[in-house]
Amino acid sequence: MAETTQFELVSPEKLLYSEAAEMVVVPGTEGYFGVLPRHAPMISTLEPGVIDIHQNGSVAERIFVAGGFAEVTETRCTVLAEEAQVLKDVDTAKVDSEISDLRDDLKDAKEELDRERIERRIKILEALRAAAD
Amino acid sequence: MATLKDLKIRINSVKSTRKITSAMKMVAAAKLRRAQEQAEASRPYAARMNRMIASLAGAATQAGGPKLLSGTGRDDIHLLVVFTADRGLCGGFNSTIIRAARQRVRALRGEGKTVKLFCVGRRGKDALKREFGDIIVGSVQDVTRKGVAFASADELAAQILKMFEDEDFDICSLLFNRFQSAMTQIITNQQIIPASVPEVEEDSSASESGALYEYEPDEEAILAALLPRNVATQIFTALLESNASEHGARMTAMDNATRNAGDMIDKLTLNYNRARQANITKELIEIISGAEAV
Repeated sequence: MAETTQFELVSPEKLLYSEAAEMVVVPGTEGYFGVLPRHAPMISTLEPGVIDIHQNGSVAERIFVAGGFAEVTETRCTVLAEEAQVLKDVDTAKVDSEISDLRDDLKDAKEELDRERIERRIKILEALRAAAD
Repeated sequence: MATLKDLKIRINSVKSTRKITSAMKMVAAAKLRRAQEQAEASRPYAARMNRMIASLAGAATQAGGPKLLSGTGRDDIHLLVVFTADRGLCGGFNSTIIRAARQRVRALRGEGKTVKLFCVGRRGKDALKREFGDIIVGSVQDVTRKGVAFASADELAAQILKMFEDEDFDICSLLFNRFQSAMTQIITNQQIIPASVPEVEEDSSASESGALYEYEPDEEAILAALLPRNVATQIFTALLESNASEHGARMTAMDNATRNAGDMIDKLTLNYNRARQANITKELIEIISGAEAV
C-alpha cells in the first residue's frame, strides 16, 4: 500500500475518527486543500464544509464539519472540529425544519449575543444542507 | 428510658434512611463512571489544542499578539469563576471549594485588587452571596444536570468573553475541583485569560516536522479564532472535572452514610433486645413473687 497520512478528527466531546488515509481534502478558510503524505506542516482555520477521506483512489468517507482548525504535519492531519456529522447519515428533512425553527427564533431574539449565535447556527446548517444535496 | 415502641420506630426510620443513602450511592457510582468516561474522551481535543497554541504562541508573542494572550496590560480586576454542584449531600465537595474561593478573594483583596465572582452551580452562589453578594457578576445553574454538553461551556465562554471585551476584568481564572479519585479532589486554580501558554512539546513539534508551520490565513487570524475556542475548551474541561469530582464525592459521602446507618441500626437493635429481655425478666419476677406469696 502507498504511503498514508494519519487522519484524526476530534470534537470537544471525543475522538471521532482516527485512520490512515491516502489523501484528505479539508475545507480551509482560504479554499479546500488536499493533504497527502509528506505535506508541509501547516495550521489552518476551517469553514463549514465537507472533509473527503480518500482511500485506494476513491472517496471512502465524507464528513461535514461546522468549522474548526486543522493541523497538518508530514505524517498526520488533525482536525479539531466544533461539530461533525457523517454526510450520508444526515437527515435533510430534519435539517430543513431546524433551519426554519431557528429563523423563527431569530425574529423573537432580542439580545445581540443571542442573535449572533442563531445567525451563525443558521449559516452552518445551510452549509450542511447544501453539502447534503 | 425509651420504650420498646420508640426504639422500634427509631430502628425503622434509620433503616429507611439507609435505603435512601445506599440508593444515592449507587446512582452516584453510575454517574461517576459516565462522567469519568466523558472526561477521558475530551482529553484528546484539549491536548491537541494545547499543542497548536504552543506552536502558535511562540510565533505570535513577539508581535504582541491578541489581548486574550497578552492580557490588557493591567492586573487590577480579577474575575474568579467558581465551579460548585447544584445539589448538596456530597460531603465536603461544596464547602471546600467555597472556602477556597473565600480565601482567594481575601488574598486578592489583600493585594489591593478588585475581585468579581462568577458562580457555576447553585450551591456556590447560595453560599457566597451572603458575604460577597455585591461582587457576584453572574451565575449559571443546572449546567451538569443532564450530563455536560460542550454547548453549555460555549455559552459560558461567550458570556465571559463578552465581559472581557467590555473590559470588565483583566484576569480571569477558574476555581474548580480536579478529579483525582472518588476519595480525593484537588482544588485547582487555573488562569484562562490571559492564556497561559502551555510549554509542552516545545521541541517535539520542531523535531517531528523539522520545519516551522505554515499558517493559513495567518498567525493572528488563527490565534484570534483559536483563543476563544481555547477558553471554551478549558471551561468545558473544568466542568467535566468538577462534575466527576461531585459524583465521586457524593459516592464516598453516601457510602459513609450507609455504613454509619448500619452501625446505628446495630446499636439500636442491641438496645431494643436488651429492653425486651429486661421486660421479660421483670414479668417473670412478678409472676414468681406472686406465686410465692400465695
